[in-house]
Amino acid sequence: MALLEVDALQTHFRTPDGINRAVDGVSFHVNAGETLAIVGESGCGKSVTAMSILRLIPEPPGKIAGAIRFNGKNLLEASDKEMRAIRGNEISMIFQEPMTSLNPVLTVGRQIGETLRLHQGLSAQAAEDRAVEMLNLVGIPEAKRRVKEYPHQLSGGMRQRVMIAIALACNPKLLIADEPTTALDVTIQAQILDLMRDLKHRVGAAIVLITHDLGVVAEVAERVVVMYAGKKVEEAPVHALFNSPRHPYTQGLLGSVPKLGSSLTGEATRLAEIPGLVPSLKQKIPGCVFASRCPHATDLCTAVAPALEEKAPGHVAACHYALREGALAA
Amino acid sequence: MSTATLPPGTLPPGVNAAVPMRDIMPPVRARGGLLGFIRRNPTIAVGGFLVFLMVFIAVFAPFLTSKDPTALAPALRTREPSAQFWFGSDMLGRDIYSRVLYGARVSLTVGFAVAICASAIGLFIGLVSGFIRVADSIIMRIMDGMMSIPSILLAIALMALTRGSVGNVVLAITIAEIPRVSRLVRGVVLSLREQPYVDAAVASGTRTPMIIIRHILPNTLAPLTVQATYICASAMITEAILSFIGAGTPPIIPSWGNIMAEGRALWQVKPYIVFFPALFLSITVLAVNLLGDGLRDALDPRMAKRL
Amino acid sequence: MSTAPLLQVNDLKKHFPIHGGFFGGVTAKVYAVDGISFDIAKGETLSLVGESGCGKSTVGKALLRLFPLTDGQVILGGERIDDMPAATLRPIRRRMQVVFQDPFSSLNPRMRVRDILAEPIRNFGLAKNSADLEARLVALMDKVRLPKDAINRWPHEFSGGQRQRIGIARALAGEPDLIICDEAVSALDVSVKAQIVNLLQDLQKELGLAMLFISHDLAIVEHMTHRVAVMYLGKIVEVAPRRSLFGAPKHPYTEALLSAVPQPTPGIQRQRVILKGDVPSPINPPKGCRFHTRCPYAFDRCRVEEPPLRPIHDAMGEGHVAACHLHDLPDAENPLAGAKGAALLAVG
Repeated sequence: MALLEVDALQTHFRTPDGINRAVDGVSFHVNAGETLAIVGESGCGKSVTAMSILRLIPEPPGKIAGAIRFNGKNLLEASDKEMRAIRGNEISMIFQEPMTSLNPVLTVGRQIGETLRLHQGLSAQAAEDRAVEMLNLVGIPEAKRRVKEYPHQLSGGMRQRVMIAIALACNPKLLIADEPTTALDVTIQAQILDLMRDLKHRVGAAIVLITHDLGVVAEVAERVVVMYAGKKVEEAPVHALFNSPRHPYTQGLLGSVPKLGSSLTGEATRLAEIPGLVPSLKQKIPGCVFASRCPHATDLCTAVAPALEEKAPGHVAACHYALREGALAA
Repeated sequence: MSTATLPPGTLPPGVNAAVPMRDIMPPVRARGGLLGFIRRNPTIAVGGFLVFLMVFIAVFAPFLTSKDPTALAPALRTREPSAQFWFGSDMLGRDIYSRVLYGARVSLTVGFAVAICASAIGLFIGLVSGFIRVADSIIMRIMDGMMSIPSILLAIALMALTRGSVGNVVLAITIAEIPRVSRLVRGVVLSLREQPYVDAAVASGTRTPMIIIRHILPNTLAPLTVQATYICASAMITEAILSFIGAGTPPIIPSWGNIMAEGRALWQVKPYIVFFPALFLSITVLAVNLLGDGLRDALDPRMAKRL
Repeated sequence: MSTAPLLQVNDLKKHFPIHGGFFGGVTAKVYAVDGISFDIAKGETLSLVGESGCGKSTVGKALLRLFPLTDGQVILGGERIDDMPAATLRPIRRRMQVVFQDPFSSLNPRMRVRDILAEPIRNFGLAKNSADLEARLVALMDKVRLPKDAINRWPHEFSGGQRQRIGIARALAGEPDLIICDEAVSALDVSVKAQIVNLLQDLQKELGLAMLFISHDLAIVEHMTHRVAVMYLGKIVEVAPRRSLFGAPKHPYTEALLSAVPQPTPGIQRQRVILKGDVPSPINPPKGCRFHTRCPYAFDRCRVEEPPLRPIHDAMGEGHVAACHLHDLPDAENPLAGAKGAALLAVG
């Protein structure tokens, strides 16, 4: 049994000008100790999916349907009290903005200790000791001194390390990281990604990594879910996805990112474009959500939404024309 | 191949259709027209309606009552509310109903006049100090000084220097309100100056006066409008206070503050004399504030979340 | 180069005072840009790369004279514009336009697209009459591949990518020689980013524009640029033609930047240089070489003596300059000798 099973997840929002179907029928699973990346562009529903797993969606105007089974228990049926016991304890989350997700008036030690005292009933002293231990774990030098500092005394990279320390304090089984390195500079991003890879071996938590950065995906993920306009359009092991993408959207996405070193190999002089815009999620789309921008779209695509089909072992894509093995049909 | 017109269930062989997703909430009925507007902006609708009602009363006061609000009738002093005196009569026998209706004129005149004058002057001062660094430090220290005096005290002091008249009341309250508007406009101007579109306009050769007129001014109007409604409400209260303590509108002119001041002595035995003007004042101030809140939300959805 | 460069920058400095205390006196200075020099030829793209706070955006704004400069010279087409009075400068501004990062705050929400695009044309007096103005507006919309009828709409009716196209059209309206792109594609989604990158490249070819491309995204920079200047804490640490810089980085910071960018190729083996610590504050930059606090190769000399920017021998091409003491060492002891780029990037 998978650690987390998301089944036909729908998260809709009521807005004055229609229902926003931010996530509309997304299914995936995460095995214990595995790193799954969810990639897509802004508005594809990847962050809403993450928030839905922890039931952090305000209801109303939002509403969640489907099933989210964590260790076999459907979180959508859990009481608020049960959810509080799970959040930050068995499932924890790292957010994009390390400045705003820390409380500016509490010391770093207090913030790490708080989850421990809340979930594991540790005493103040034990919690502080553990906080020092966690700061050491995430590679913050002089941890003894740093636990007494406030977030504004730390740099952006340090703050993100503290966020990770808070998230890992209770030894969660699942860590949801929502764009954890997007706000960071590239040399700091390299430090944090390095830390995440290292911690994964040591702590063993499963990770759901939400990102738009295909480079980050290639570096840390084992399996990848590609989302577009509230739907999962492709899912594959990371090598298969980058080497033989099946869905035209994934192909377009990979083609539109320049590779560093292109001037040395003399590759591609022009980036592939995906023409057009993401469709509005406030209108129902009868066919394939990508049909309006797809270079291969036919009448069939605009009329009938393709089901997710297994194109190769462990590799599914929602496209009528993506071949089971090999490239896209002309 | 045209499958767009295919009836369901006749998919070409090999095509795998996804299970359609059902909506999990009832559809949103998009309503146009007045009803839709009220549904989307209930505070504007309620506030706007009440403000409109008060303006209507003030304008058409002569048609809504047949009695002269200043006509004395010593024989009919302090009558309880009745068919003859809807809101009762005061200690000089004047009809409180018509006095309250006419009183709306003073309150609304003062409120609107102060809102317009204070906004206009404050906008000018705010623009100057937002754009001229040297002027800024001087102007803002003066404004700080003015703001350190409670505005009601400042207004009383200014009234003490002049004769009581509606015009002077407007002037006194306007002066007391200017620092608040100037500070707001200055803050908005300073943040707008940092906007990339202003930088782009400078880079494309736009002169400073045009930068102000075209890029800064239009973007200060929304927050200024909201601020103006709050100033309007606050000015009406200040006017009532000034009149109540006898430092405002001359007693000859019926204003809500004056009526309340006259009823003060009899408050315990004839509460209605104070009650009706107070009720109208409260409703008007509430209405203007509601309108302001609604405008704030409608004009800047992001700001609504911050405040 | 035989012809004079289009833009020449000599020892540009911009220090921002920090006001504090009761009387608002200057208590400290931010050394945002601290003496940088570079030039851009006609039709050339020079990229300015570096991490946040290195001063690269300040350089762009300083060139545009959006604030007074602390020191240095800016020479555009043979004319010194750094000390020019505002009135004399105004017509010359036409030659240097800008595209900003944020597609939302870079367009005035209270102006229609038509007025946004007409503003520079009117300011610089480019249109002979109203028919000419109209023709120019239509041509601009066409250049950035937006439908003509969109010209009467408001900015909020457009998506981020379309708004960025409007921003580009505004920059083109003055018929400039040089466009400063300040993180012009950084805020855009991956697929839209590719559209805008392609558009900028097409326009450059079509119009022979020079570009100063300010960005932190090295992959995009490599794709777009002719030459690259790397900035760290207000200083340029390395300048080189594209292939030289990516193939044979000669400054430890450049090397670290290249190795830090995640590559969209799973499972590759790369040589890694992970820097320790964070960028020091530009209020109090380190003595000696500014990079020595994070440099994996720093030795005693780096802590006391600031290395000058000087030509470095590079087998991959001419015009490679870097500011690093390592190049005074014999090749055998110099970790940056030779071409390491391919190993860092795991290509070729």
